[in-house]
Amino acid sequence: MSVTTDTNIIGGVAAKFRTCPATGLDIDLAAQRLIKANAVAAIVFLAIGGLFGLLVALTRWPAVHLLSSDMFYLVLTAHGLDVLLVWIIFFEIAVLYFASAILLNCRLAAPRIAWVAFGLMMAGALLANVTVLQGEASVMFTSYVPLKAPPNFYLGLILFAVGALLGCFIFLGTLVIAKEEKTYEGSIPLVTFGALTACIIAVFTIASGAIILIPTWLWSLGYISHIDTVMYKLVWWAMGHSSQQINMAAQVAIWYAIPAILLGAKPLSEKVSRAAFLMYILFLQLASAHHMLVEPGISSEWKVFNTSYAIYLAVLGSMIHGMSIPGAIEAAQRRNGFTNGVFEWLRRAPWANPAWAGMFLSLVMFGFLGGISGVVLGTEQINIMLHNTLYVPGHFHATVVAGTTLAFMAITYLLVPLIFQREIIWPRLAKWQPYLFGLGAAGISLFMMGAGTLGVSRRHWDITFSDATLSFDYPPAAFLMLGLNGMSGILAAIGGGLFVVIIVASVLFGKKVDASNIVAALGPKPQKQMSDAVTSYGSAGTFHLPGTYILVSIFFTAFVLYYFVNWKYLSELWQMG
Amino acid sequence: MALTSPESKIWWNERIGRAELVWITIAFLWGVFMFSMMVWWHLEGNQNLSNEVYRIAPTKFEEKTEAFTEKYTVREEAGMPVAKPEPGAEVYMLSRLWEWWPILELKKGQTYRLHLSSMDWQHGFSLQPVNINIQVHPGLEHVVTLTPTQTGEFSVVCNEFCGVGHHTMVGRIHVVE
Repeated sequence: MSVTTDTNIIGGVAAKFRTCPATGLDIDLAAQRLIKANAVAAIVFLAIGGLFGLLVALTRWPAVHLLSSDMFYLVLTAHGLDVLLVWIIFFEIAVLYFASAILLNCRLAAPRIAWVAFGLMMAGALLANVTVLQGEASVMFTSYVPLKAPPNFYLGLILFAVGALLGCFIFLGTLVIAKEEKTYEGSIPLVTFGALTACIIAVFTIASGAIILIPTWLWSLGYISHIDTVMYKLVWWAMGHSSQQINMAAQVAIWYAIPAILLGAKPLSEKVSRAAFLMYILFLQLASAHHMLVEPGISSEWKVFNTSYAIYLAVLGSMIHGMSIPGAIEAAQRRNGFTNGVFEWLRRAPWANPAWAGMFLSLVMFGFLGGISGVVLGTEQINIMLHNTLYVPGHFHATVVAGTTLAFMAITYLLVPLIFQREIIWPRLAKWQPYLFGLGAAGISLFMMGAGTLGVSRRHWDITFSDATLSFDYPPAAFLMLGLNGMSGILAAIGGGLFVVIIVASVLFGKKVDASNIVAALGPKPQKQMSDAVTSYGSAGTFHLPGTYILVSIFFTAFVLYYFVNWKYLSELWQMG
Repeated sequence: MALTSPESKIWWNERIGRAELVWITIAFLWGVFMFSMMVWWHLEGNQNLSNEVYRIAPTKFEEKTEAFTEKYTVREEAGMPVAKPEPGAEVYMLSRLWEWWPILELKKGQTYRLHLSSMDWQHGFSLQPVNINIQVHPGLEHVVTLTPTQTGEFSVVCNEFCGVGHHTMVGRIHVVE
């Protein structure tokens, strides 16, 4: 390829660049190496954590009941650790470096420190994993005190968090350099703005993590005698739940990025989209409340205000993205000439391109399954029916697996040609991957939510209570749900396994990408039918978007109906006050 | 596009499209409604979690539960005492690795003040198949007012992970006419 590797001296620091054949951007080779390292580490932990997830699903399938109880709780702890924390954060660091150094045409700040960050994260992840696999730390990912894990479990998490925090500062430093060296004009791009949102939330969550994990580590070492159980949960979830808002911001940034790359989509309104991101920064931090709605010792006033993210202002942010993203896509496709009927723009989208398919499935499933269930679950009184049932993992598998993980997979199909400079190997197989994984993830979410509605407990090895003195039978439908959940788990594992194999094989053996094949390497794109439209910026006024209005109306109707159905169920419960 | 700087440098002065404004308004009002719903249910609804909580040493709570059980035991079931308190009584149930103790027998339509606490780790009071779930902490005595509206045999499953015996931790509440 045309590697115009030149040595630029900017700000007294030598950085080596190549020119991207697709965009003409200067790509800092140090940033490129770091993006590769973080993305590869992420995918390795996805593979490990995903395998643990399959074992969990197969154990909860009563007819299979694969693991012993000790192994089940061990594997469940490792599953949460590896996918909810390690895979996601490693990948987010890659996204942060991409959204700063690459999109802003800039060198990465302090690459050596970025390698230290990578080393710390890796060391922390390995230490925590080894401690869990040794069998003494089956305390679940949440490690609620007074359940106690060996000190190395907490130390591993602390090291990982410190590394991630350094990565955040590298991102912020890169923004400062780009501004200083004028590598872009005007404001930062929307995708970088989304990444900045993710980074700010990340700093908050990592600080919360440090505030709770460091004392807990000292407690585990014996230097502190007591950790308050309610306070632990409050601060731990300021890390645990708010870190999911890092995902939220990062995945929304990806939802904007992929249609921009493949379809040339522009945000309907920069102002609205950025304001929606701002709402995440301002209000998502209140999410600890979602885990404390049936907790003693916290007032209802506190619960109601915090669980609603200050009268649902952060939910408002997501609902805004929920319209502006399909709206941007519809506007772009109509500009590309797909103007027939209400849905030609959607029908003729590049469904054979795994980046597109993954992105759009992630958007729809996050909204319909994850978003709606999240608001319902987080309603103070309704939570009485759902707290700690399988509904909870059902909800967050819709957000983190069907939403975030699928979005991250989708962008990887573009990162491989753009950053690894390799073609995707086996494009036919890749075409099916997001559908397989998406279907599996949707099944996992729905069937766990179904089982949870029937009262089935989460983190529970044996719903037949065969070893218990007093017995209890869940309704037969619960067994059906868990069976279907197991099958969906297998489907998702096949889809996830395919992803890992395709990406690893592409990076190792894929055809080199250069100026001649970069466009093709990004996968199928819709052919423009005509290049008529004289579009001004902010195309909402230029185009009528009937398809988007219909999609948003369907979403809103589903939301309202499901919300009231749950209030009706609640009203039939025993009276309590 | 979303990957490049905004085309208009003064992007914050652009007019917002009508469709977006309409949607933002609907979404905002829906949020206000959902918020009000929780507040309204506290005033008018019959299913709210009590805010009555006291700090208590686990040993002290154990003593109170034992005194309660001694006073009201009517029979044994699976080697465990069954306590049948009079309607309106203060009722105690403690959780420890790995049992809910004692078994309770309540009357349908009567209101009881149920005291919950843990002797050791956190546990999850999950009343099945009714599906009422309450977190139980050591050191905190949570007083929940409960009125059974059905008769039958109900189970209390632990739904907070509490170690290797977690899945054997089941308690019992009978509700009779």
